[in-house]
Amino acid sequence: AQQQLGREHQGITLRGSAELVAEFFSYGINSILYQRGIYPPETFTRVQKYGLTLLVTTDPELANYLNNVTEQMKEWLYKCIVQRLVVVISSIESSEVLERWQFDIECDKTAKDDNGPREKSQKAIQDEIRSVIRQITATVTFLPLLESACAFDLLVYTDKDLAVPEKWEESGPQFIANSEEVRLRSFTTTIHKVNTTVAYKKDSVP
Amino acid sequence: MAQFLFEADLHGLLKLDTPIPNAPPARWQRKAKESGPGPSPVGVSPMKPANRSHSSSKTPSKTPGKSGSKIQSTPTKAGGDRYIPNRSTMQMEMANFLLTKENDPAEESPTKKEQQKAWAVNLNGFDVEEAKILRLSGKPQNAPEGYQNNLKVLYSQKMTPGSSRKNSRYIPSMPDRILDAPEIRNDYYLNLIDWSSQNFLAVALDNSVYLWNHASGEIIQLLQMEHPDVYISSVSWIKEGNYLAVGTSSAEVQLWDIQQQKRLRNMTSHCARVGTLSWNSYILSSGARTGHIHHHDVRVAEHHVATLAGHTQEVCGLKWSLDGRYLASGGNDNLVNVWPCTQGGGGDFAPVQTFTQHQGAVKAVAWCPWQMNVLATGGGTSDRHIRIWNVCSGACLSTVDAHSQVCSILWSTNYKEFISGHGFAQNQLVLWKYPTMTKVAELQG
Repeated sequence: AQQQLGREHQGITLRGSAELVAEFFSYGINSILYQRGIYPPETFTRVQKYGLTLLVTTDPELANYLNNVTEQMKEWLYKCIVQRLVVVISSIESSEVLERWQFDIECDKTAKDDNGPREKSQKAIQDEIRSVIRQITATVTFLPLLESACAFDLLVYTDKDLAVPEKWEESGPQFIANSEEVRLRSFTTTIHKVNTTVAYKKDSVP
Repeated sequence: MAQFLFEADLHGLLKLDTPIPNAPPARWQRKAKESGPGPSPVGVSPMKPANRSHSSSKTPSKTPGKSGSKIQSTPTKAGGDRYIPNRSTMQMEMANFLLTKENDPAEESPTKKEQQKAWAVNLNGFDVEEAKILRLSGKPQNAPEGYQNNLKVLYSQKMTPGSSRKNSRYIPSMPDRILDAPEIRNDYYLNLIDWSSQNFLAVALDNSVYLWNHASGEIIQLLQMEHPDVYISSVSWIKEGNYLAVGTSSAEVQLWDIQQQKRLRNMTSHCARVGTLSWNSYILSSGARTGHIHHHDVRVAEHHVATLAGHTQEVCGLKWSLDGRYLASGGNDNLVNVWPCTQGGGGDFAPVQTFTQHQGAVKAVAWCPWQMNVLATGGGTSDRHIRIWNVCSGACLSTVDAHSQVCSILWSTNYKEFISGHGFAQNQLVLWKYPTMTKVAELQG
């Protein structure tokens, strides 16, 4: 918390921006897992963040798994070599992709060169992040029910020549065959801009 | 006619009864083989060059038998199930061409490739071919066996099992009276009905307000908006029951005298529709779509005496406490704010409490009549919980999952209970015992 206060006065640096965005992903993914019922709601606990009450998992294995992703994303965001993070929700029995949450990242590469921090208040960024998270929560009003038990997958689109780190492997994009897409709000730290869309399988039965 | 017989004989000799041997397996067969050993944790094998991925799902799959089965018209011979009597109507050449075409896709001209690439960059924002897709392995185990995604249970069940305990008093399961309300606006965020202390029910139907006299059953049309596009967004009776405050979609707050059926005041101070109103003796508070709450002193000409800015989205719930000390507001931004009746030091109104725990819009806001400082709030579709708070300490005294969007809460003055009204998905009324939070009754209608 002290670090963040300091940052508020200094403006946004590349490292700060990477941390903010990685943090957003961590809370965003937790929210998606809770709202879509991928894991039982009893395994989530409430925390205060961005002036909201958010739900994060208490399952140690899952928390550890998500931490790995967050740490890795921080690094990649700092180097500006990641373009997209995707949360794929698929049915366990049929392996069919039912929902696909896509977070597009636009990185301003010039931030790597100039060392001065950018002008944007923490509060403004927090407000924007808050709107996106609220929208994710509200999607339950229109997303089709996930009938069967589902599992999730995390995909990251990076630069082609990146060395694949340990624990990661190459994969396909796992698109949805017949999908409906909804564009949610975006937020920007002036260095990184994140656009969110959710694609879901169109109901075959009217 | 003889020549047709000859032709038929000729075709009979030439026809093939067995499926084509050594044909390349159909695409779906190949896929089934690949994913045969169950959902592999290693991940799906990388697809063909990424710029084709948009169209890969739409690629047609032709099987040898498919083109034949559609045109089959003669009855099958007994004892064979792959009998295709008349192959002359099938387009063997076409089928063959399509089958073999699938095997080498890279037949496009260079310019077409360029175009596809340009489209891919356009759509994706970056060159997808240049991107690598990585997947984190070592996925944590999924939810335990027997865990059914509770949302399905939530939104599809019709009846929740009611309380098995026998109620000590009789609660009718059918309504006493059903009133017709044509044209009533189906908008969660509006507050269109209010019951006065004089036993009048005010109902806003689109652009008019009707009063129903409970004693006589008489219906009076109190007012109708002049402009056809304007609708009423909220109604609220003053405590004495002789004046009615009406909020409109054109951001006006009107004050009407019931005895004379005349409009007394038209107060404009908001910029967006006024979805909710609440009285505190001579102060009328109004909440608007902008998230602002205005206090109006209805006795003076300069009615707009204060502005409370605590919400960033539409204010849909607004209630003064019964002792007039606090004003509770709920908004579409999932916040509940509790405001004091007097300004703070700096001349600004700041909330004494802000509750962020609701995950949905808070429209249901109600103060407990027999316990000081106790507030009940209910969340919308994404939340579905009812929460009881102590506004002095800020603690959440209890929470209960109501399984449906909570539209309103009313405390009883005769029993230690409160009733909640629900919308999606069960559209019911639930009577709860306080403070045990057990369901006393559930009313369907």
